[in-house]
Amino acid sequence: MSTATLPDDPHLKARFGELKPALTTQAAVIESDRCLNCFDAPCTAACPTHIDVPGFIKRIASGNLRGSALRILDANILGASCARVCPVDVLCEGACVMVRQNHKPIQIALLQRHAMDAFWASGETPPAKAAGTRKLRVACIGGGPASLACAAELCRAGARATVIERRELPGGLNTYGVAEYKLRAVDSVREVEMIRQLGVEFRCGVEVDSPAAIEKLEAEFDFVFLGLGLGAMQRLNVPGEDTKGVMNALELIAAYKTGHLRELHGTVVVVGAGNTAIDAANAARRLGADTVYMLYRRSEQEMSAFDFEYEHAKQEGVQFLWRRLPVAVQPGEHGRLLLETVQVRQADRKLEVVPDSEATIDCDLIVPAIGQSPLTEMLQKLRGVEVRDGRIAADRETGQTGNPRYFAGGDCVNGGREVVDAVAGGKRAAMAMLKLAEVAHA
Amino acid sequence: MPDIGVRNFAGKINCPNPFWLASAPPTNTGEMIMRAFDAGWGGAVWKTIGEPVVNVSSRYSATDWNGQRIMGFNNIELISDRTVEQNLTEMAEVKKRYPKNAVIASLMVASNREAWHEVVTRAEDAGADGLELNFGCPHGMSERGMGSAVGQVPEYAEMITGWVKEKARTPVLVKLTPNISDIRTVARAAKRGHADGLSAINTINSITGIDLDTFVPRPNVDGKSSHGGYCGPAVKPIALNMVQQIMADPEAALPLSGIGGVGSWRDAVEFILLGCGTVQVCTAAMHYGYRIVEDMAEGLDNWMREKGFNTIDDFRGLSVHRVAEWKHLNLNFKIVARIDEQKCIGCDLCHIACWDGAHQCIHLDRVSGPIDGHVELHRTPAEEQAESLGSIAETPVTRKEREAAFAHGQYPTPLARIPRVDETECVGCNLCSCVCPVEECITMVRVDKDVPPETWEQRTKGAARAAPTSGD
Repeated sequence: MSTATLPDDPHLKARFGELKPALTTQAAVIESDRCLNCFDAPCTAACPTHIDVPGFIKRIASGNLRGSALRILDANILGASCARVCPVDVLCEGACVMVRQNHKPIQIALLQRHAMDAFWASGETPPAKAAGTRKLRVACIGGGPASLACAAELCRAGARATVIERRELPGGLNTYGVAEYKLRAVDSVREVEMIRQLGVEFRCGVEVDSPAAIEKLEAEFDFVFLGLGLGAMQRLNVPGEDTKGVMNALELIAAYKTGHLRELHGTVVVVGAGNTAIDAANAARRLGADTVYMLYRRSEQEMSAFDFEYEHAKQEGVQFLWRRLPVAVQPGEHGRLLLETVQVRQADRKLEVVPDSEATIDCDLIVPAIGQSPLTEMLQKLRGVEVRDGRIAADRETGQTGNPRYFAGGDCVNGGREVVDAVAGGKRAAMAMLKLAEVAHA
Repeated sequence: MPDIGVRNFAGKINCPNPFWLASAPPTNTGEMIMRAFDAGWGGAVWKTIGEPVVNVSSRYSATDWNGQRIMGFNNIELISDRTVEQNLTEMAEVKKRYPKNAVIASLMVASNREAWHEVVTRAEDAGADGLELNFGCPHGMSERGMGSAVGQVPEYAEMITGWVKEKARTPVLVKLTPNISDIRTVARAAKRGHADGLSAINTINSITGIDLDTFVPRPNVDGKSSHGGYCGPAVKPIALNMVQQIMADPEAALPLSGIGGVGSWRDAVEFILLGCGTVQVCTAAMHYGYRIVEDMAEGLDNWMREKGFNTIDDFRGLSVHRVAEWKHLNLNFKIVARIDEQKCIGCDLCHIACWDGAHQCIHLDRVSGPIDGHVELHRTPAEEQAESLGSIAETPVTRKEREAAFAHGQYPTPLARIPRVDETECVGCNLCSCVCPVEECITMVRVDKDVPPETWEQRTKGAARAAPTSGD
């Protein structure tokens, strides 16, 4: 593994304190006791990694915290970060039967965090079979959740897995792209360290971008897992967007999480209304921006962000400008920017500009956050790996692509979902590879 | 207007309501008892008076359950550690200030006639409205030949009751220990000794738990523990059974003060329905304070109003003869479980309980197609779980996906998760209705139609004559 780590930055800690406080031991036990322990629980079914939720919760209730954490990690090696970043309202907690009785759902995320925190504190590593007990070597390209889960699953079963990441630190968006008040970059790196201890090899700062590099990989490994994530953020496609002072949402988030961006001021305009746009807007507020606008070409009802994220943004003081479109960026005075916008309205299925609705926003920073583009460049070099609508075409059950030696999972297959979906994809691919290897060696 | 007052209990004890504080820490001093009467308690049995004892530090321990404190409670405290003189002086003061409340002197002295005569006279002189002979204390005192050491030997109990009755002018209640194979034997002895009433039950021998770090049971007294007396909500079912046994036995039945897990008016009503004239409370008052009596009195009053009962005697004992020997139960009575689809929340605890703890007749087959019949026809719980774990779930990220994920059909719960009862296999055991967390979601419905009742005794009478068997 790369020796690069992140300092535990007090400045960052102060500005991005954890959104929800941890449960005390007694509160965790009380909450665990509230769980009905459903049979074939809906929360477990709703979780893409199928964590045995009642199983780990009842272990907290009984005081078996080690068992609880291992139960979580058994299904989801990124159980610690998922406890912090999962949109549980639409997953396990959303499926909790308690809501049908007009009770609050069990606080599954906080309980999972409780178990995982205890596990961290114990300094233990989940059990794994000795490396090489299975004759299988897999390269996982991309160091994000999908590859981490895939590699961990392989190593736990005794195979060898190598994660190849082009950036300095592994963890993908968990390290570079999640709002710090949900998951600290240092915690993501610590989680990766646990995975390394399972026997996963890491090669960071390594780009796999030439036919020679790919050939070399194919010679060294039996299978290749593609956990590439998505491509760069989409451009606004308006004149002047390369002006200094335009910085896309993922750049902004990575910059503040790694300590490169410490302070903002004045007015920040975030363009877009998805979950990443909200993360960027909230971050801008916390970094000191006085006014943060979110500009969205459609209405409140159509925004793709989760409801709880929207509520959170309002609480952070983010202001929303609905049905407004950026049309050009101009340099302003003293290094400031002028964002020219127009009002739009729905006309049949298209948006049309409202006449005389031009307005210029004088601002200090413009943050495009209108989604990530598909990652296609490298994929074209992989023979037989088919790309459809910007996503890798892979078997739903196994993640196997058109080239049987290549598997894929996570955002590059599902088009951009959650960490837990990436973990599930990585895990399914690992199990499929293990099965194939077993058959081959039988 | 119901009257919840007690008239002439055990001959001549009167008080404004049937709620007494049991002889225990809440009745340790006159000051405490007066505050209890201010809070609304109808009576109080004074913490047992006798030769003062020395107590240990660390005296109580509890059994918690599922996040609830004190499901059961245990103590190794002995009788009063204050002198007879001190207790009785205070008793006189209490009686002077609270003439309408019942003050019962709980007594325990060495097993000789003179000692008992003396303490009886002194207690009555102090103004006690009645006497309760503590033949039940299960710890410490029994090692010195008192408490349950007396209560476990019918002859001793009868003898001492007799000594007391030689002197007593007020009603004499004998407090019974449950730590005996048949509580009726001592109840009968008390009756033979001319007791005016009984109190039951005293605490049950117990070890509440063991510290898994030190291996010392609780309560820990410098590395050792001693068995204590168990009480609180956990013991109520045991107490109700013993109360019923006593009240159904003509040789034992006497005016009875019911004890054991009473914490609410509902508990009190149950004891009264089994024949008790008053009830005694300790653990609940130790847990929440004297104030709990307010709701007890109000709740009893409201319940009597609702049922049209004017006095406690109107419903006292109504359930005694609703308990019969098993051989007298109707074998042709048949109920089955019905699940209310509108109320079901889909926890499926009834399903797994029925499969693993009952008769494999609650199934998750509303979507796949209902099948009635024996266990082999159905998917096992393990197969169902395996299918769920093998399914692919995704986070619903778009608004459309979210709407689809949380849409429901006809019922609040997806049909696939609403269990179905195969009534052809259901034996009507009630387990599912016990585990269901939703009130009135599973009801047990009577389905026997036009079948005359028949008991085991009736069914086997003919058979027994035809082919005698050994045992029953």
